[in-house]
Amino acid sequence: MTDRAFAVVRAGALTTVQDLGRPGHAHLGVPRSGALDAHSGRLVNRLAGNAESAAVLETTLNGCAVRPRCVVTVAVGGAPCPVTVDGRPVAWGAPVRVAAGSVLEIGPAVRGVRSYVAFAGGITVDPVLGSRSTDLLSGLGPAPLADGAVLPLGKPAGPPGRVDGGVPWPAPPAELVLRVRLGPRADWFTDTALRTLASAAYRVSSASNRIGLRTKGPALERAVHGELPSEGVVLGAVQVPPDGCPVVFLADHPTTGGYPVVAVVDERDLAAAAQAVPGVPVRFVLNRRTG
Amino acid sequence: MRALAVGDRALLVELADGDEAGALHAELLRRRAEGTLPAVREIVPAARTVLLDGLDDPGTFARELTAWEIPALHARVEDAIEVPVRYDGPDLAAVAALWQVTEEEVAQIHSAAEFRVAFCGFAPGFGYLTGLPQRYAVPRRVTPRSSVPAGSLALAGPYTGVYPRSSPGGWQLIGTSDAVLWDAARQPAALLSPGTRVRFVPEHAGIRR
Repeated sequence: MTDRAFAVVRAGALTTVQDLGRPGHAHLGVPRSGALDAHSGRLVNRLAGNAESAAVLETTLNGCAVRPRCVVTVAVGGAPCPVTVDGRPVAWGAPVRVAAGSVLEIGPAVRGVRSYVAFAGGITVDPVLGSRSTDLLSGLGPAPLADGAVLPLGKPAGPPGRVDGGVPWPAPPAELVLRVRLGPRADWFTDTALRTLASAAYRVSSASNRIGLRTKGPALERAVHGELPSEGVVLGAVQVPPDGCPVVFLADHPTTGGYPVVAVVDERDLAAAAQAVPGVPVRFVLNRRTG
Repeated sequence: MRALAVGDRALLVELADGDEAGALHAELLRRRAEGTLPAVREIVPAARTVLLDGLDDPGTFARELTAWEIPALHARVEDAIEVPVRYDGPDLAAVAALWQVTEEEVAQIHSAAEFRVAFCGFAPGFGYLTGLPQRYAVPRRVTPRSSVPAGSLALAGPYTGVYPRSSPGGWQLIGTSDAVLWDAARQPAALLSPGTRVRFVPEHAGIRR
């Protein structure tokens, strides 16, 4: 059997395999999925000497621990966290060589939510529709990590990335500022609701997950009642369910939905949304540019 | 036809009804195959809209779109997929009561209709099929089931669907199919995709036309 693999020692609260996702299948009801903080997913791959499209681990809040069966270069980034090999501290945000049989521990996030772990060669579980991403909404891709599971690794593609100049890791947000553009169903809401969206203080709800960043705050009042027939929704769509609190759709969001989308978050702000812990204040900033 | 901006890279094109949305979807696919559509990542038809996501210049495309001549949907000719079913669902009696017919007549009416996949969603491979006359629309169940078995043939509003896998659901269950709606290892993975024509064929129905 191949030794290019690692065993899961501690799966953590929710650790999944993620790559750049599976776009192009929304019409079949298949979410895009992929690393929620795509920026960090790309960076750890570069540090490990991988293509940006290689599959990595995405942890949630309390990290995970794995035991590689081969000597392998890894890089941990995203949410800052302690990283150890056999209990000894090693670098976060830089390539680290791990010996075969050693335990690599990704500790709880000190700030932020999701840490990313790249292994040289990438995680080579079988792709589904061109992607190795775990899709929690529709159950595609590998199951979330479980203690004792063994995952295969590919052959390293190149040398570890250089980090001489430092790597630009954005700090997890103390306040989440989401630039939004109104529409496509902003006219389903009252003018007061639109002013509220643009000015009120929301907070990240603990019910947030890979499907959506849920918020708590003043309810947005609808001008049009009744049901909206199902329609396609995009990454970053701000959907408003009957309780009136905005939900920002993240990577595992459904591809069609029946609640009005009041606005759409600029895709560049979604990596920060992935790192916003429950309770963090959220502000929606209106981008009034017309198209 | 009205095109609404969705963020910076997408357009939601709103049509008068589901048939018009289906016709625009078919025309978009035709133009993409022909190479005359701007690059787009997703084309997602729905109840009466088509979403185009990943456009470089949605504004310009929206203006071009209004000049299109879109052939009516019924101009398309391809064979219908036949999905074998047993009309044995737990809500069959309730649907018969709503339709004011017998359970056997529910099966006859449903299997006589020709369906079209209007759109997908909810789960990979779940198609929203239209084709039943409007008078047979049914409400969702008051209390959704926490688990609907895979293969359940179900009705809600104007739509028919078959659950690709076990999941919670509020649709009225009128039957069962062994058809594999979704298999990621198969090419294509989805048995039903938007625009596919579908007929439901009762199993053990030799005597019925």
